[in-house]
Amino acid sequence: MGDIRLMKGNEVIAEAAIRCGCDGYYGYPITPQSEIMETLMLRRPWEETGMVVLQAESEVASANMLFGGASAGKKVMTSSSSPGISLMAEGISYIAGAELPALFVNVQRGGPGLGTIQPSQADYFQATKGGGHGDYKLIVLAPSSVQEMNDFVDLGFELAFKYRNPAMILTDGVIGQMMEKVELSEFKPRLTNQQVEETQGNWAATGKKKNRERHILTSLELQSEKQELHNQKLQAKYKQMEEEDVRFELINCDDAEYILVAFGVSARISQKAVEILREKGIKAGLLRPITLYPFPTKQIQKLIPQAKGFLSVEMNAGQMIEDIKLAVNGKLPVEHFGRMGGIIATPAEIVEAVESKLIGG
Amino acid sequence: MKEEIIIAGFGGQGVLSMGKILAYSGIMQDQEVSWFPSYGPEMRGGTANVSVILSDERISSPVLNSFDTAIILNQQSLDKFEESVKPGGTLIFDPNGIVKEPSRTDINIYKIEATRLAAEQGQPKIFNMIVLGAFLKAKPIVKIENVKRGLEKSLPERHHHMIPMNIEALELGEKELVTVR
Repeated sequence: MGDIRLMKGNEVIAEAAIRCGCDGYYGYPITPQSEIMETLMLRRPWEETGMVVLQAESEVASANMLFGGASAGKKVMTSSSSPGISLMAEGISYIAGAELPALFVNVQRGGPGLGTIQPSQADYFQATKGGGHGDYKLIVLAPSSVQEMNDFVDLGFELAFKYRNPAMILTDGVIGQMMEKVELSEFKPRLTNQQVEETQGNWAATGKKKNRERHILTSLELQSEKQELHNQKLQAKYKQMEEEDVRFELINCDDAEYILVAFGVSARISQKAVEILREKGIKAGLLRPITLYPFPTKQIQKLIPQAKGFLSVEMNAGQMIEDIKLAVNGKLPVEHFGRMGGIIATPAEIVEAVESKLIGG
Repeated sequence: MKEEIIIAGFGGQGVLSMGKILAYSGIMQDQEVSWFPSYGPEMRGGTANVSVILSDERISSPVLNSFDTAIILNQQSLDKFEESVKPGGTLIFDPNGIVKEPSRTDINIYKIEATRLAAEQGQPKIFNMIVLGAFLKAKPIVKIENVKRGLEKSLPERHHHMIPMNIEALELGEKELVTVR
């Protein structure tokens, strides 16, 4: 058995970054995720692995530090919470446009604006539909446990490098602040410059070599014909993500008639609601999207023949429900239940919503 | 075995750390645990509560609306959480500052005068360990030796000399628990 600890989700993100061989973290503090950089500063990984931990002057700067680090083929990441991610949006769009791998962590709080410091899932649209300008997608992972906060740092980097595309861990103030048992990953050494050259040398800015042209990393293309080709290349990449990297979990879905769809902490609470509904003799199940983009559209469609309706459970006014409705395409009722403003739904409220909106409705 | 617990009081009483010690003790006996806090921006004086779950199986929701046990350390928390104890469940409270005692008759109610005991010992910091000891008397879900192992694992070595004092406080709490009904 590995290294078992009781840790906060935020602390685990920091520890997992060090252990997966991350080269640099560039952040700016904001509640409810400040423990990530605090933990990194306390752990002093620059003494252990050589990982850089830097407090930037703003979120705008930290996103652009990722742009620079990623251009050099390095494993770089940042974390923030909702208002800070908005500030990073420009940089994220540029990184997506320049086709660079980088990892962003959003520990969501309620909005809009400065909103509240309490948890929320109101940045679903922002994360899955781009967030910045232009036709681009992030790979979006939604952990629902502290263990997944550990696992998804490594997975996020893996997918970011596979597609040379920014990835985001979209989590919330509950998962960030709660403690659970976690088995930490084994240490992986950081890649040496030689190894970066070997693995990323076909695109990264590792210095002009005699045997090849210089690599130019930019999101700018003034010739429309070339820009359209670039857009088509990006879209082909997103298509490949949809084919190869959809991740989800099914809980009690084998015979389920009423399907709850929920991610992150809402999935945990919905699982409890499913347990209560099953005790009442109601055939309920839970589909938990793990990748919010690419979304498990096909899996939802597979459940249509057996289902009587879907309930999207989110801590927002109804965002993921749009993706569920696109998948269901009018064949069955799709309802939404959510709390906003930092209020966390209880299992009893979700049970009530299934009974009133799906069964009674 | 699954035990769903709410610990509620003022910030500064050691509510969150009590929950953490309990959760760590659960890990020491190979259980699944979750610790979910709720508190305001204040460091001290505001309300603070934490839901702790220890279970032999994977834990679904860390957020709950009813509990097997409520550990209550001020009047506001008693007003808020007495109704959320499951029928047949357990409520433990410190009578210090309580003007309206719990009224339910369908749950087991215990008292622990931890504030007074800690003051008598001249050690206000052991307050939460006295409460934890009282809880473990009423609900022996973790062994004291696992609490000790949890403290050894979670505390930096420079604090290990304080573990015996904390274990004594646990034992004091076990001894002083009073059954109300």
